[in-house]
Amino acid sequence: MKPLLKSEAFVRIAAPVAVGIVLFGLWELGCRLASIPVYLFPKPSDILVSLIHNGPSLLRALMVTLRVTLQAFLAAVVLGTLIAFMFVQSRAIEVSLFPYAVLLQVTPVVAIAPLIIILVKNTQVSLTICATLVALFPIISNTTLGLRSVDPGLANYFRMNRAGRFKTLVKLRIPGALPYFFGGLRISSGLALIGAVVAEFVAGTGGRSSGLAYEILDAGFTLDIPRMFAALFLITLTGVGLFAAMVVLSRLALSNWHESEVGAET
Amino acid sequence: MRALLPGESLGKSPSPTTTGGERPPAVEILSAEKVFANGARGLAPIDLTIADGEFLTLIGPSGCGKSTLLKLIANLIEPSDGRLLWWRGDFGEVGQDGRRFAFVFQEPTLMPWARVDANVRLPLELANVADAKTSPEVADAIARVGLSEFTRHYPRQLSGGMKMRVSIARALVTNPNLLLMDEPFGALDEFTRNKLDADLVRLWWERKLTTVFVTHSIYEAVFLSTRIIVMASNPGRIFRTMTIDQPQPRDEAFRDSPQFAAYCRELSTWLAEASLPTTTAGAS
Repeated sequence: MKPLLKSEAFVRIAAPVAVGIVLFGLWELGCRLASIPVYLFPKPSDILVSLIHNGPSLLRALMVTLRVTLQAFLAAVVLGTLIAFMFVQSRAIEVSLFPYAVLLQVTPVVAIAPLIIILVKNTQVSLTICATLVALFPIISNTTLGLRSVDPGLANYFRMNRAGRFKTLVKLRIPGALPYFFGGLRISSGLALIGAVVAEFVAGTGGRSSGLAYEILDAGFTLDIPRMFAALFLITLTGVGLFAAMVVLSRLALSNWHESEVGAET
Repeated sequence: MRALLPGESLGKSPSPTTTGGERPPAVEILSAEKVFANGARGLAPIDLTIADGEFLTLIGPSGCGKSTLLKLIANLIEPSDGRLLWWRGDFGEVGQDGRRFAFVFQEPTLMPWARVDANVRLPLELANVADAKTSPEVADAIARVGLSEFTRHYPRQLSGGMKMRVSIARALVTNPNLLLMDEPFGALDEFTRNKLDADLVRLWWERKLTTVFVTHSIYEAVFLSTRIIVMASNPGRIFRTMTIDQPQPRDEAFRDSPQFAAYCRELSTWLAEASLPTTTAGAS
């Protein structure tokens, strides 16, 4: 049995936690010593109290944001993968459609969100569409790249054995594309959350209330700064949770063979 | 030891494994030449008969066309002129029972995401063999290269030599009659290479597998082959032919024998001659 401090897994968790505790401690101490008023910059303890006090309403808001995020993420994965398959099957399709994928990517979601929110009556649906648009591009570009990045030696082997288009896709292109696909998932999951929150802000300023972003807006109107921080904390936590889930998923799928995950399980 | 000019070697096969004419020659190359698209002459017209059961090695300086010749035999490229016959037939008949070949590349080219058995099974699945999953051929091929304990391993868990063994098992699983190998052990250390060479001789002997082997190593060529074709470049052509008439299957004792050393010395001299820039006289 190794001493706890030398164990890789322990250090990996303990070190960032220790840094967090020190930072929160300094923050608490600084606010107390300088006696900064709560409505300007709250102490961590104020935020914790607010989190508990406003628990039910914040949790409801969290569920709304989470739902939009997950729906958008799922839609982006399905759509993005399908589009990537189309791009790989035919050069003509890719050449004619890729510029529009870029167009979607470079247009800021804040700029098109009001339009979508006006056009689509249901707030949930309009928010999901906005977040999907943000999360879509990394899936398309990564999966397309992965499906193209076939080991030339193996491709040659498949050709020599007269493998058909479908067999080559299923047995060679798709497995080879997985590392790229999972890379896309990591980026896209974070973007889906960002898209959801941004769209909620836009909807919130337009008077359609929902989600954590609206909680932040609302707390701002009433100068309830601790609640603002509490909502922010929940958004951050959601993002970290999504990222961690993607890491676990990619490890489960790739740890046996791909260099990026090899050795991660030990 | 006997040096044959290409014309002499035709017809009377020096293969020690054939009992005489019951099987047609595996490959006949009839005045096949290769001129590349840029006008470079890759291969001058070549006549060569590869007898059934023979272990033929192609050796020569870089650019002598030995890989081109192997690709012609595998029908990966077509000759610019002349023709090739496989078991006295066209390439269209290749793939039927008794007329199958397999190619082993310089790299193992395994699928990193698939276990050893799935990698070995691949050619069966690509050929739409119905019961590829349960085929006993897969376990048999893995056993033949001595990897039975590693059936459920991933390629990354194997050494370079073991990956090459998997690649050979994948070639054996289709029960080929002709095995084409393009410097398969070139990237391995000498100890591993010697071991794989010894195993290859055993496999070739057990299966009566006609083999065409490309290498840079004189020792490997002498150890493995029943016949060695020394090639020269500008244009790629057959320079000389060496027949190695030694008892089969060969083992490490052959490697230590004075005959082995003598063959190697002679082959080394020939290779030096073939590599000289002004050796056009040697071709005719």
